[in-house]
Amino acid sequence: MSMHLEEVNGMILDVLKEIGNIGAGNAATALAKMINKKVDMAVPKVNVMEFHEVPEILGGEETEVCGIFFKLEGDVEGSIMFLLSVESATTLINLLMPGSNVSEINDFTISALKEIGNILSGSYISSLSGLTNLDIKISVPSLAIDMAGAILSVPAIQFGLVGDKILIIENEFIECVENEKVNGFFFLIPDVDSFDVMLKSLGISI
Amino acid sequence: MKSLIKVGMADLKTATNPEVLTTLGLGSCVGVCIYDPITKVSGMAHVMLPDSKAIRNNSNVAKFADTAVLKLVNDMVANGANKRRLVSKIAGGAQMFSFSSKNDMMKIGQRNAIAVKEMLKELGIPLKAEDTGGNYGRSIEFDSVDGSLRIKTIGHGTHVL
Repeated sequence: MSMHLEEVNGMILDVLKEIGNIGAGNAATALAKMINKKVDMAVPKVNVMEFHEVPEILGGEETEVCGIFFKLEGDVEGSIMFLLSVESATTLINLLMPGSNVSEINDFTISALKEIGNILSGSYISSLSGLTNLDIKISVPSLAIDMAGAILSVPAIQFGLVGDKILIIENEFIECVENEKVNGFFFLIPDVDSFDVMLKSLGISI
Repeated sequence: MKSLIKVGMADLKTATNPEVLTTLGLGSCVGVCIYDPITKVSGMAHVMLPDSKAIRNNSNVAKFADTAVLKLVNDMVANGANKRRLVSKIAGGAQMFSFSSKNDMMKIGQRNAIAVKEMLKELGIPLKAEDTGGNYGRSIEFDSVDGSLRIKTIGHGTHVL
């Protein structure tokens, strides 16, 4: 039996929120280690939104954003995407490499962003894997910098297979010393069948 | 100033002279533009998936290539277009992220474009121009005055079909 996102009840939403919380907590720890600074995190916001509402949170369909996309492999199939504004992306790189004064995206910053995405999504997925006792791995990253609408079409289409809504987990990371904020969005998109596998392993029947 | 009518994701709309239909940030989705050059009735659909029959939850007809094109043509005819005069232009169907595997889901843009073209052919609507594929997003404006399709991108220029 597969589930429609519209029917996501409060409890399942809570579980997904908790997964988001733990996953993002691990991601924040990984980020703190990487930049060797204390990193705080706001409570993740888990939203179920209409397709057309999603680009608004990033400033509209034509805003240039950076998406780092991974396939999920193992017991759960699907994908995870880490999305952030170009501004947040450059902030993140400058935090990671102080003094580099990155102001634009080039080959060097792209490869740095892929690595950051890899570490964040990897720690996210490993906490999901630990929580569910399922074997889940992520693929090599693929990165795109383009219009928000275009990049969001990828998770939207995948969610489109199960319904007319999209589930997103918004994380705000705050670097404590200079109070720099980085807003990142995780889109965890299990394939239709994997949704069930995931929830079942958490003891939730749907 | 021409009035712009915005078409969202999994949505379709019709317009009349001198309105302009627009959809922003097409990625793997396909923008289908249909035009009657005499009455200048125009229509646009923002298609997400190729086939309504492959999915159980298919109540939103604007989401799928097969049902969206059919609904758009019917709506246009209801607004005064003549089905035999209709011509079309399409844009989008990109692959935003690339992977080496043969995963069908990753080639969804290409499959969307193919499905739209098949449906247009089935309805006997000639395809006048297309700008599909690639790995970048597109914003499009379809002008009901002359049926021109303006395509904007980030880093791949702006052009008119």
